[in-house]
Amino acid sequence: MAGTAVRGRLNWLLAEAVELVAETPRVRTIVFDVPAWEGHRPGQHVDIRLTAEDGYQAQRSYSIAAPEDGVRVVITVELVDGGEVSPYLIEELRVGDSIELRGPIGGYFVWEPGDGESVQLIGGGSGIAPLMAMVRARVAARSSEPMRLLYSARSLEDVIYGEELESLNAVDGIDVAYTLTRSQPPGWEGLSRRVDRAMLEAVACPPTAGPACYVCGPTGFVETAASALVEQGHPAARIRTERFGPTGGP
Amino acid sequence: MTSDTHLDGNALGGLFYELFGREMTHQQGCCDNCGTVSAFGSLIVCRGPGDVLRCPACGEVIIVVVSTPVRQQVNFVALRWLNIEGFEADAPIGD
Amino acid sequence: MSFVTRGFRGRRRVDVPPDRVPPGQYVTADFPVLSASPTPVVSADEWRFTVTGRDGADRSWTWKEFEALPSEKVTVDIHCVTKWSKLDTVWEGVSVDVLLAEMDTTSGFARIYSYGGYTTNLPAQDITGGKAWVAYSYEDRPLEPVHGGPARLLVPHLYFWKSAKWVQGIVLDDVDRPGFWESYGYHNYGDPWQEQRYAGD
Repeated sequence: MAGTAVRGRLNWLLAEAVELVAETPRVRTIVFDVPAWEGHRPGQHVDIRLTAEDGYQAQRSYSIAAPEDGVRVVITVELVDGGEVSPYLIEELRVGDSIELRGPIGGYFVWEPGDGESVQLIGGGSGIAPLMAMVRARVAARSSEPMRLLYSARSLEDVIYGEELESLNAVDGIDVAYTLTRSQPPGWEGLSRRVDRAMLEAVACPPTAGPACYVCGPTGFVETAASALVEQGHPAARIRTERFGPTGGP
Repeated sequence: MTSDTHLDGNALGGLFYELFGREMTHQQGCCDNCGTVSAFGSLIVCRGPGDVLRCPACGEVIIVVVSTPVRQQVNFVALRWLNIEGFEADAPIGD
Repeated sequence: MSFVTRGFRGRRRVDVPPDRVPPGQYVTADFPVLSASPTPVVSADEWRFTVTGRDGADRSWTWKEFEALPSEKVTVDIHCVTKWSKLDTVWEGVSVDVLLAEMDTTSGFARIYSYGGYTTNLPAQDITGGKAWVAYSYEDRPLEPVHGGPARLLVPHLYFWKSAKWVQGIVLDDVDRPGFWESYGYHNYGDPWQEQRYAGD
């Protein structure tokens, strides 16, 4: 997959928060207006930089959760207990505030509609964010790639973009399956364990379909899911991964 | 499982863009320990005081980046080669 | 100076007397996790700690033997080169003086080896005389793997990268061989009170 064209320097840009959405009790989506934004590809991320009055700086990366849309850059942030940046973004940041942001970054964990190939997406916890950009891009492009999403979350309350994902099951060629690993609602008939090979055999694209696979979420989740894909028979070269580190997952 | 603290090359995408002047996560490099070719985005990244990039196949150190207030020290510990795609080469030097 | 972010304060900070804090550091209540390798998995059965003298003679302990050694509970301040410090941290472990009791440490250097491949180096005099421990307990609980468990070196008077996690052994030598971070741009000695962070400082 080709990388982005050279865009010159990766400058820090001022981004104004224009909309805040409480996705779950611990997850917020932030829509930024970035006047100098030149667009981005599904799967890419931005680096965010916060500066305190004494000059102390903290920097984090967040996946862009929606496809290109003029100067709008959408991120979805999960609250990390004892964290430094996520409590600010979720509990302090208000509409009208500005933060510094640079990007888009990424040429490996990217997908764009149009090549007709099958796609298998596997997301754990907040790892659903970049995959959601891919899903939304497919819908917006009205393209025809068979796309399957397997989304692992702790419980139904932790599922992000729940209503939107449910509506997508009605879209031709898109299938969404959930596995709720810690608690399930009464009468739950879906999956309820960690991703493993047997689960993939049941709900994921078969290797014979030759899908491009994208796995995102906490590090342990990504490595377990990627191993399961390999066990199922997908070539390692067809599996792209993005690890979020130790927190924020099932 | 959730105690795994390492990341992957995607996390250093911004840093490498700054160092090389272009998007690097899809560019391929060869591990000098085992010969495996990997995209930068798929390298294992351990964040210490500096950033350590390791081969996803053999686990050995390929690159270490140390950022000081006055310089970036890029230690090419075991990078046999790096392919940078996406631009035209200069004309050959000759007579 | 960059754009200041309204309302951002950064890590939870603790106010302390300035003479407790080396230059350029701030005190935090957090315990950030930094490492050069993924967390190695070492079972109690396979764990060994080995010290090797300048003459090549060595001495090893299994986990059971190590736990039977005389241990101390110490309260120390720790300082990370990435600028955070933690004061009054409580550890329990075996003094390195006990481990090197039969060896000549009056001069020379020590190379520290860890599971997972990490190394660091320091003068032999900097891990003796009550200055260093191999610690297996933090805040009265077994040391967690992400913080270096089963056991890590604890050398609080130097930047914390010298306190090698997942420590496996000490080799004494006449020659000083730079360890991991020392080879890649960090200071060879690392005294926080002289702000010796990077090579050339």
